[in-house]
Amino acid sequence: MGHVPAGPELFHAQANAALKDPQLRQNFRGAMDYLQDKRKNAFVDPVEEDKIRTLCESIRKRCLSKLPELLEQLDANCTRNGIQVHWAQNDKEANNIIANIAQSHKARTMIKGKSMVSEEIELNHEMAKLGIECLESDMGEYIVQLDGDKPSHIIMPAIHKNKQEVSDTFEKHLDDFTPTVDVDELIQTGRTRLRQKFHDADIGLSGVNFAVAETGTLCLVENEGNGRMCTTVPKVHIAITGIEKVVEFLSDVPPLYSALTRSATGQAITTYFNMISSPRKRGELDGPVEVHLVLLDNGRTQAYQDEEMRKTLQCIRCGACMNHCPVYTRIGGHAYGTVYPGPIGKIISPHLMGLDNTKELVTASSLCGACGEVCPVRIPIPEMLQRLRTEAKNPPKPDAMPMKGQASAASTLESLAMKGFAFAATNPNLYHRGAWSATKLRGLVPNNMGPWTQCRTSPKLANKTLHQLIKARNKQAGDK
Amino acid sequence: MRIYPAKPNSVYLYGTCLVDMFDPEAGLDAISLLEQQGLKVIFIEKQTCCGQPAYSSGYTKEAKCVAQHQMDLFIEPWPVVVLSGSCGGMMHHHYRRMFQGDGTQAQVEQFCDRVFELTEFLVNVCRIKLEDKGDMTSVVMHTSCAARREMNVHVTATQLLNQLDNVELKEQDYESECCGFGGTFAVRHPNISQAMVEDKTRHLAKTNAAVLVSADWGCLLNINGAFEYQGQSMQGRHLASFLLERTGGK
Amino acid sequence: MKLTSPSQSAKSAILSKLRGAKATVIEKEILDYPVWQSHDSELLKQRFIAGLSASHAEVICVRSSQIANAVEQVLTSKACKSVIVGGACDETAGVSEYEGGEFLTEILKGASHLDIVQFGREFEVLKSSLFNEIDAGITHCLGGIADTGTLVLWPDKAEPRSLSLIPPCHIALIKRSTIVSNFAGMMIEQSWQEKMPTHIVLISGPSKTADIQQTLAYGAHGPSQLVVILIDDVGVAQP
Repeated sequence: MGHVPAGPELFHAQANAALKDPQLRQNFRGAMDYLQDKRKNAFVDPVEEDKIRTLCESIRKRCLSKLPELLEQLDANCTRNGIQVHWAQNDKEANNIIANIAQSHKARTMIKGKSMVSEEIELNHEMAKLGIECLESDMGEYIVQLDGDKPSHIIMPAIHKNKQEVSDTFEKHLDDFTPTVDVDELIQTGRTRLRQKFHDADIGLSGVNFAVAETGTLCLVENEGNGRMCTTVPKVHIAITGIEKVVEFLSDVPPLYSALTRSATGQAITTYFNMISSPRKRGELDGPVEVHLVLLDNGRTQAYQDEEMRKTLQCIRCGACMNHCPVYTRIGGHAYGTVYPGPIGKIISPHLMGLDNTKELVTASSLCGACGEVCPVRIPIPEMLQRLRTEAKNPPKPDAMPMKGQASAASTLESLAMKGFAFAATNPNLYHRGAWSATKLRGLVPNNMGPWTQCRTSPKLANKTLHQLIKARNKQAGDK
Repeated sequence: MRIYPAKPNSVYLYGTCLVDMFDPEAGLDAISLLEQQGLKVIFIEKQTCCGQPAYSSGYTKEAKCVAQHQMDLFIEPWPVVVLSGSCGGMMHHHYRRMFQGDGTQAQVEQFCDRVFELTEFLVNVCRIKLEDKGDMTSVVMHTSCAARREMNVHVTATQLLNQLDNVELKEQDYESECCGFGGTFAVRHPNISQAMVEDKTRHLAKTNAAVLVSADWGCLLNINGAFEYQGQSMQGRHLASFLLERTGGK
Repeated sequence: MKLTSPSQSAKSAILSKLRGAKATVIEKEILDYPVWQSHDSELLKQRFIAGLSASHAEVICVRSSQIANAVEQVLTSKACKSVIVGGACDETAGVSEYEGGEFLTEILKGASHLDIVQFGREFEVLKSSLFNEIDAGITHCLGGIADTGTLVLWPDKAEPRSLSLIPPCHIALIKRSTIVSNFAGMMIEQSWQEKMPTHIVLISGPSKTADIQQTLAYGAHGPSQLVVILIDDVGVAQP
């Protein structure tokens, strides 16, 4: 059964549904255990790990600090190389650009490599309206698309399914498929069905992992070879990326690439690393004759305004934060109802979709810090969650640009309670009288404390507070 | 890496509101442990709460107000020893962050530098040597996430337990995973929190350890409550009490 | 009056928002990170082979004189019937610029018992047979990376990129002398930033995926087999 999430505003219902699905729980736990283990084995030396994370963080920070200049340099160098560069402020503009390219070639089919940005703009859906068929070619994305579903993980899109469930999907949607739980056979099925599509497609679409300003080069990381197919076989290649993916120098690429693959899947290197700097040149015999680059904003400039929130743009989309998140592990990616799930999704989605839609997400973390600990570019995700909680509760500061949905989680009752807390905690007499009476009245603590007691007993107050015991102890010592 | 000072003559004890209300004996036990190290322990009567509930819920203004009030109480340059890694993390790291750019930033940082979690203080400042006087037993330990990731004290707590000759420290599956407490998280997202604490209690129980210890009462409220709800006998206690008992101080 | 396209107005809007943030510019860091390196040619070779083998590639070490023989053996063992190589298909077609690589003669000799297609013409003409008929593609390499067991290919007019991509088996010839320690080092040493070609591809094993229940499967969309013929052109006296 395809599970189509409705959106982040229904987070509670979606999370509850996931929690009640034992197969889904098992699939995610198994996958996260595997990925955590792989990452651990890829960073055996903590000193080396520390150094590469520090280096990658500083590379990303430097590149973001020069973002407008680097984007212009990228534009200029790509253009000089023969790559056509387009800029889009939002999903609508990006889809228009891609539709225009497609229509200028009378394209009917587009074969796609993995691109989360294309999910962001709902490209497949928009192109379908124009009669252009978009076909996902990443194995995971292919399975998800057959289901009419969306990816549940940014690196492993079909991670919510086990092999039996993949076989069920194939059986339901593919002609002449004999059910099997042999993974090789399942993959061969995907390969065979997609091969002709690569052959026939009018356009190939891909994402970009790093766009190098210095040389006008688009880098693409992959294992399957579908990225190579999409960027080699069709006559037209369209690459789409968020504006934050630009790096300054070619020499910035090797450390970022290494940190990316080791953090994502624990691989020292992926099977393929593509560096695309131009369309087919005169005399060359293959490769696309047209290459387009679409640079998408879609809320990124909003995050860029604020020095602290700018750190969200350091992300290189490895997925390690979700792989190590105890919440993601329990509820899976669909429950978030956002394109980017997990910890990174919680801090970038408010900029893409507004805080009003995503305010439930920013509270859905115990702030345990596992995400920040593994982030290869050291984004302090827990701190940013805390910051977003503040933004969701309060109007913007006078000099700051408001976020969409700013203060949408403000609650008079809660605000009053917090003011009361602050008042008590800054008035020791009142506070200790409160604590004292709580211990005196401890017999009155209700057995049913709402959500807390659904799986726990009520906390047991001691009959005297530490303050009282120390007072008594000091008195005793004084008496002696 | 944090650089630790030489052992002082006096320390402040920061009891934390949870120890105050739920396990005051642990506070007294911590005082005894510190006194055994030849330290004078000062407990400021007016201390209340570090402000973390407001901070993590997005009420920074209120949290800063509470934080300022706490900092004003500890005027002497003595270390402030905190009975929770979570509150310790709040006072050592997040106070810094909250007051960044304020006029008082330098003073705040001086205060933050003086904040230590109990086990890191015992190990790295007191260089404590424990002599185990108890019978053979086995222990499993839960370390709070803040203690682990902000204060790195899973290392020091383990070092303390390893000094006890008759105590076998059991390993649990998914040791570094969060128990699902997270303050208001447990009530705002009760079902996710439930899934987490059910897993945590299962992994702890599976070790068949005789004793569960933790240096953080936030997690213990969660874990103990869940164990009792499930009708299981395992109940966690504060590490300070356990250490004092093992070394015959009690 | 000059009309601005939607893309151009988007560009100025985006750039003006970014500039409005007045980010403080950070200059290039003087940081390094420890990456594997060695000057020992034997170590380079060993690590290169170990990395590739771990990625499920087959590596065959030969002397220069044995290349044709090795090619023949590989093609036979993989039961290949047809093979595509670089260079011109027909000298009369006046395509002399499509000369194959350094070892083309040996490759042709080794494959002489099979149907040999030489690329030498537009991809579109060969597309169907590349997808449906040809069993193996043979290429040279620009170099190798010992750290990760990686082949570096700079496809060109002589050896277009589909040679190493579309047929189910890719056979790569690499000279031992071109193996370097690591990716970053190769880039810097060869000043890539000054001369980026249309396309560069790093290859570390046959195509693979773990998208179904974290189970590794080879031959996802690219070649399911990668055979590396490592040519020992380093003059070390073997004991």
